[in-house]
Amino acid sequence: MDDVVKVTDVTKVYTMGDQRVEALKGISFSVRRGEFVAIMGASGSGKSTCMNMLGCLDVPTGGEYLLEEVNVGKLSGNELAEIRNRKLGFVFQGFNLLARTTARENVELPLVYARIPAAERREKALAALAQVGLAGREDHYSNQLSGGQQQRVAIARALVNDPSIIMADEPTGNLDSRTSIEIMSIFQQLNRRGITILMVTHEPDIAAYTGRHLIFRDGLIISDTPNANPHTAEVPRGETP
Amino acid sequence: MTTLWQSLLIAMRALRVNKMRALLTMLGIIIGIAAVIAMVAIGAGASKMISDQISSMGSNLLLVLPGSTTSGGLRSGSGGAPTLTYDDARAIKAECPSVAEVAPTVRGSAQVVYGNQNWSTIVLGTTPDMLTVRDWPVFAGRNLSPSDVDGALKNCIIGQTVADNLFGDADPIGKIIRIKKIPFTVVGLLDRKGQSPQGTDQDDVVFVPLRTAQRKLFGSQFPNTVGAMMVQAKDAAVLDQAQEEVTALLDQRHRIGPARERDFTVRNLSEIMAVAEQSSRVMSILLGSVASISLLVGGIGIMNIMLVSVTERTREIGIRMAIGAKQRDILLQFLTEAVLLTTVGGIIGMGLGVVGAMVVSKLMDWPTLISSTAIIIAFLFSAGVGVFFGFYPARKAASLNPIDALRYE
Repeated sequence: MDDVVKVTDVTKVYTMGDQRVEALKGISFSVRRGEFVAIMGASGSGKSTCMNMLGCLDVPTGGEYLLEEVNVGKLSGNELAEIRNRKLGFVFQGFNLLARTTARENVELPLVYARIPAAERREKALAALAQVGLAGREDHYSNQLSGGQQQRVAIARALVNDPSIIMADEPTGNLDSRTSIEIMSIFQQLNRRGITILMVTHEPDIAAYTGRHLIFRDGLIISDTPNANPHTAEVPRGETP
Repeated sequence: MTTLWQSLLIAMRALRVNKMRALLTMLGIIIGIAAVIAMVAIGAGASKMISDQISSMGSNLLLVLPGSTTSGGLRSGSGGAPTLTYDDARAIKAECPSVAEVAPTVRGSAQVVYGNQNWSTIVLGTTPDMLTVRDWPVFAGRNLSPSDVDGALKNCIIGQTVADNLFGDADPIGKIIRIKKIPFTVVGLLDRKGQSPQGTDQDDVVFVPLRTAQRKLFGSQFPNTVGAMMVQAKDAAVLDQAQEEVTALLDQRHRIGPARERDFTVRNLSEIMAVAEQSSRVMSILLGSVASISLLVGGIGIMNIMLVSVTERTREIGIRMAIGAKQRDILLQFLTEAVLLTTVGGIIGMGLGVVGAMVVSKLMDWPTLISSTAIIIAFLFSAGVGVFFGFYPARKAASLNPIDALRYE
């Protein structure tokens, strides 16, 4: 079995005051190593809750979530932090880079918390930045970079720890369509090298670049369909910024 | 170790970003620590000054004062009646085994004249032992001699203030001055002694032989009596014993009993010293605690800014948590920042405090004593303030929920 993610009957209930909100009403699915999955649905459908849980930022109320055969529901806060650090990489809609910090330092951040020595951190960070096409911009501050470049720094940061999964939450939501294609092209390259990617999006044309569509509605998965013929994200030659 | 170093780097970066705010935040601590250092230095200097002045009176001293007498139902106050005699002084020296020296005195004020200069000063008739008792060396010339006393010779030794006022820069030794119009030869000039604990100028004095003072200057009514006597015990250990011996001897000589009230008092100068030291210690503590309050206020300022900083950086905290920072890492980061603020503030404050103490001692001619203990304690205290007031905001940061923190706008 090569399931990176195995979710069985997972529920998530929030209580706000005396209101009980069932965000997930029992979902089951699994993701195999090397898949590129789009998680879709309207807002309030439970896809973000599911993503937080898959990202080990939250634990399920009921059911079982196995991440590489580890039952995440039974871990402490520190153990979850450890898993996020070593097995997961995050890419957010708002980039979420540290302000007034260079690209390289942003990318090094997960390695700092993994207690990796400075020289090795630097080397790995430079390699990750090169993979997303930002070689030469290591010392730019995050506010000196364009949105697309910032998102590529964020991808490098997610990559730098050799994670099992990259979790991307609407990674193209703040980008224009051209830059979105660039970002999707990077994701596709990474995926071709065997990295598992889970991506939340509500744009069907972005989901078209992935290999599988999971669609949420009202806390349930209403459709789980493979995309046999994903689009290839290609930026026309000579126009790469 | 690497993590501590990391948090230090992160903290320095965070403070650099908001330089002005960091400086203003530190200001409370800077002022607090500077105040503590300066106040403690001034307090310690004052207490050293007091104890120096007291020891300048001489060491292991008893003061025997004539007491009150009752005549016709009218009681005079302490020292109001001349009840002590030169013979009492000689008897004390001869018969009390714990006593080293006795210096009886007759005291009065007089106008002294040299050439066209004149000066009003204290004239003290005493014996040569006075300088031993007071631990007071002669600067030039010689001390009074026993033969000066016995022969009631008109020789005198003068203090520096008198010399300055009568002679200016000229050498006073061998010159003739007039005290109450009686000519005296200056045979010695005393070393400079400075202020007494009561603030009087100890150098403003002329010593003349006891007999001379009694017969020619002040003693016309009671030719054989003396005023106060200074008694020096052999050492500090027998001071109390000397006090008892002197009291017992004078009781016997003055026939003090149930029917007769004691007509003298014996005072121990080390008790006076203890009281003075106690009061200067109280002053130091008072100054120190006032300064500590400003340190407390500074600490609250730190806490306030750290809370603001945590709120402002909620998103950053969320990012750090999402990519693997543990609660401990976040706690350490904010705690380091607070401690860095207070210790840097503490170091600056120490510098200012030392400079402030020096300025005070220069401007007000007040001695200050900067102790390394005070500096070390102030430094540790400022770090402690950082930990104490930084802990709550840091814990608040560390206990944020990563999802909420990431969503925070």
